[in-house]
Amino acid sequence: MTTRNDDTSTGRPRLRADAVTLGYDRRVITEKLSVDIPDHSFTVVVGPNACGKSTLLRALARLLKPAQGRVLLDGRTIGSLPAKAVARTLGLLPQTSVAPDGITVAALVARGRYPHQGLLRQWSVEDEQVVAESMAATGVAELADRQVDELSGGQRQRVWIAMALAQRTPLLLLDEPTTYLDIQHQIDVLDLCAGLHEEGGRTLVAVLHDLNQAARYATHLIAMRDGRVEAEGPPAEIITAELVERVFGVRCRVIEDPESGTPLVVPAARRPRTAAAGVTAASAAATRPAATRAP
Amino acid sequence: MSRARTAGTAVLRTARGGLSLRLDRRAAAAAAGLLALALTAAVVLVGTGDYAIAPADVLRTLTGHGTPGQDFVVRQLRLPRVVVALLVGAALGMAGAAFQSVARNPLGSPDVIGFGQGSAAGALTVIVLLHGSSYEVAAGAVAGGLLTGLAVYALAWRRGVQGYRLVLVGIGASAVLAAANSYLLVKANFVDAARAVVWITGSLDGRDWDEVWPLLAACAVLMPVLLGQGPALRLTEMGDDAAAALGVRVERVRLTTVLAAVLLTAAATAAAGPIAFIALTAPQLARRLTRSPGVSLLPSALMGATLLVLADLTAQHAFGPAQVPVGVATGLLGGAYLLWLLTTERRSGRI
Amino acid sequence: MLVDHGSPPPPAALAAAPPAHGSPARRNAARGAGLLAATGLLLAVAVASIAVGAKDIPLDQVWHGLFHYAGTDDDVVIRKLRLPRTLLGLMVGAALGVAGAAMQALTRNPLADPGLLGVNAGAAAAVVTGISFLGVTSPGAYVWLALAGAAAVSVLVYAVGGSRSATPVRLALAGTAVTALLQGWSSAVQLTDSVALDRMRFWQVGSLASADLATVRRIAPFLLVGALLALATARPLNAIALGDDTARGLGARLTSTRILVMAAITLLCGAATAACGPIVFIGLMVPHVVRGVTGPDMRWILPYAAVLSPVLLLGSDVLGRLLTRPAELQVGIVTAVIGGPAFIALVRRGRTAQL
Repeated sequence: MTTRNDDTSTGRPRLRADAVTLGYDRRVITEKLSVDIPDHSFTVVVGPNACGKSTLLRALARLLKPAQGRVLLDGRTIGSLPAKAVARTLGLLPQTSVAPDGITVAALVARGRYPHQGLLRQWSVEDEQVVAESMAATGVAELADRQVDELSGGQRQRVWIAMALAQRTPLLLLDEPTTYLDIQHQIDVLDLCAGLHEEGGRTLVAVLHDLNQAARYATHLIAMRDGRVEAEGPPAEIITAELVERVFGVRCRVIEDPESGTPLVVPAARRPRTAAAGVTAASAAATRPAATRAP
Repeated sequence: MSRARTAGTAVLRTARGGLSLRLDRRAAAAAAGLLALALTAAVVLVGTGDYAIAPADVLRTLTGHGTPGQDFVVRQLRLPRVVVALLVGAALGMAGAAFQSVARNPLGSPDVIGFGQGSAAGALTVIVLLHGSSYEVAAGAVAGGLLTGLAVYALAWRRGVQGYRLVLVGIGASAVLAAANSYLLVKANFVDAARAVVWITGSLDGRDWDEVWPLLAACAVLMPVLLGQGPALRLTEMGDDAAAALGVRVERVRLTTVLAAVLLTAAATAAAGPIAFIALTAPQLARRLTRSPGVSLLPSALMGATLLVLADLTAQHAFGPAQVPVGVATGLLGGAYLLWLLTTERRSGRI
Repeated sequence: MLVDHGSPPPPAALAAAPPAHGSPARRNAARGAGLLAATGLLLAVAVASIAVGAKDIPLDQVWHGLFHYAGTDDDVVIRKLRLPRTLLGLMVGAALGVAGAAMQALTRNPLADPGLLGVNAGAAAAVVTGISFLGVTSPGAYVWLALAGAAAVSVLVYAVGGSRSATPVRLALAGTAVTALLQGWSSAVQLTDSVALDRMRFWQVGSLASADLATVRRIAPFLLVGALLALATARPLNAIALGDDTARGLGARLTSTRILVMAAITLLCGAATAACGPIVFIGLMVPHVVRGVTGPDMRWILPYAAVLSPVLLLGSDVLGRLLTRPAELQVGIVTAVIGGPAFIALVRRGRTAQL
């Protein structure tokens, strides 16, 4: 499947959701949602908490079975395909993963080769090369023999990304890859993703919280609210003050990012006083970790 | 063929890479060591008893060169017992590793989550209420274990089984079954009660070839099934999402594993009674010996076999003329070893 | 937490804690009323425990026997059998519940239970050893042996489990290892020493049936001191529940709190186990249920556990007397048969809140 030309006769993108209704138990999150992931794009999904963006990503990654509708990979319902074959086409960096006690970085990254292995093909030359390359690409090669539990949050996230890379999939989904990272590591991770997208022509889909980061890195942006897609397209075309207010309920100005030329969202000041601004910023920072945990 | 080396592992490959096998050096060495220890102890155990036979003579007899008297003692009396010990130990060790892996918790062993109690309840029902034969008791144990296993799994099911919930539900079920067992013991008449107590403690006394064959068959079928699930099972320890992303059908792997492990536990319990603590301690000991992340199935099985044979040796020697059931010694041996390991681990700063 | 731009809330509201259900005063009133109701329930169960049995005693006779002892048959039954049994059930139940709650808070592990951490096995092993090797025969000495055993095991498990860096799993593993070891030891001694086996049989059943006033009097001081210690540590335990670092930040003295709580658990479990053998399930289950009702505040959890645990224990005991009259079921059996399914139902409903 990895070798199949993505330019199929239908002209449809490789990965899309077709009128899916998603939810947990009896709680419906999205209804009849259709989303196309453009091939070779770096697609970023944004939206306020509980808008259904992570739920959509889980459905695209076949972790959540739609109650209605289908998720299609290369034109076929993703749930009907062999699990290992899907895992050779579509990779995922989940939000929560547990590193087994005492596992080394190299051993964890090597686990990404599982879909390529079998009873008689336990550790091929290719496996070895891909693992080495994946660790080099994420800058964790020198940590190879360290234990994962000893690493810092940023290092650990890069190790998990390396594991997803070792799967060698043309499509890669990332569920909030920058959560819990400081700004330096956030940029590291996003630069890494952008590099993967540009060099390998991989299709990347990420859920991000920071609208400005999304605007800077995405080639295709999907803005969601209440389980619906409010707008999608290149960030420069769709990000407007009106959209941000409609999706996030925040009044703002949109200016040009002096560094990258992409749209930059500047929230309107609620109070002209510096003291009030200080309080608001502090409380926003304080609520951030709790808020990002919500599904 | 080519051989490549990476840290701590040996890889064997054919020239064109069509075939590649991977071996963790430390795990392989530990497994080989455990196997050697288990077999040595088994030979000593065959020679142990009222009529002592030197290990060399045991080996000679096993290869068919012993005196008729030794031949009878070894083949008919002692060997079945030792084979049962090896198989039961291995079965409990592997089943324990499988459960702990599914539950992602060292406490998720059949002892703690009630399958041992379930088997015991089945056997006690047959002994006390139906006054059945030893075959019927064994069948009762298997049925009890299976029913308990399925009930616990079903009760822990809510959109998938979560390890923590499995352990909690198991503890609840275990308490109920233990109570039912005490009730059955209270209700029993004197003869049945004595029989039941011996059965509950777990004993290898008087095992013959009739007990070996069903157990051997169960191991021959179920152990490869579990080993086949091994790689996928290791991935589920990273979380359901991560495993599913790598192409593991998490619920199917889990159900297969639990089913095979329950059957294995039930078969072992039917043969020797609910021998305590092997399933709990063997995987943890093996894990620390091989220094592998997470529990691994094969070393756990070998560790279980070694532990049980050593425990039987201890049970026959340590308490003078009065022999105690092997279930007593497994607790002593496994508990002390685990305690020592935890202490040394703490000292070396590893959690 | 993006707030609607139209109505900016005052900064103070942003900084304030999220509002609880109703005002704090109302919540406390509700909790207090609940505690009162639970106490009423306990009284009813206690009266039933005195009245019900192989020979039922009418309520006016119960009153008469308790307060106007005249030596009638009923009076004797009440004073010599039912009253001690009921008192013992009250005390042991409360002790086990409080010890369980304290243990779970201390280890930040909702699975922690004095039985799981080996304290009961320690008490049992000490008693066996005393009977077999030291020739102890008087039940009065059992208490001391059981206490010593419980204390030794608490310290050992805590030390091996990693003391300061203890994780729930390590503690549980250490407890399991110690339990395995000590149970092996106890069985070995009993199987090789028939005198010890004979004595231990009566002790190990986990029953209230052999209660007498001497036993009640013997263990009362230990339980009282243990319960007071546990209640005194409720506030620091609340801080510890937030994590060691936060607790330190809040000014809690970790080490001394831990030592006090361990001492309380040892006293409570050791004495309770000495009096009526190992009864394990109550200390695990009741605090679970209570946390679902009161929330995570130890100042409410401890009193609730102290009242509701004996309700379960005495209720089970009464039921055990009713079900198989004129014989009776041991209380440990009934507790498990009632508690087990309730516990599983709680787990399924996800009400076993993590600490």
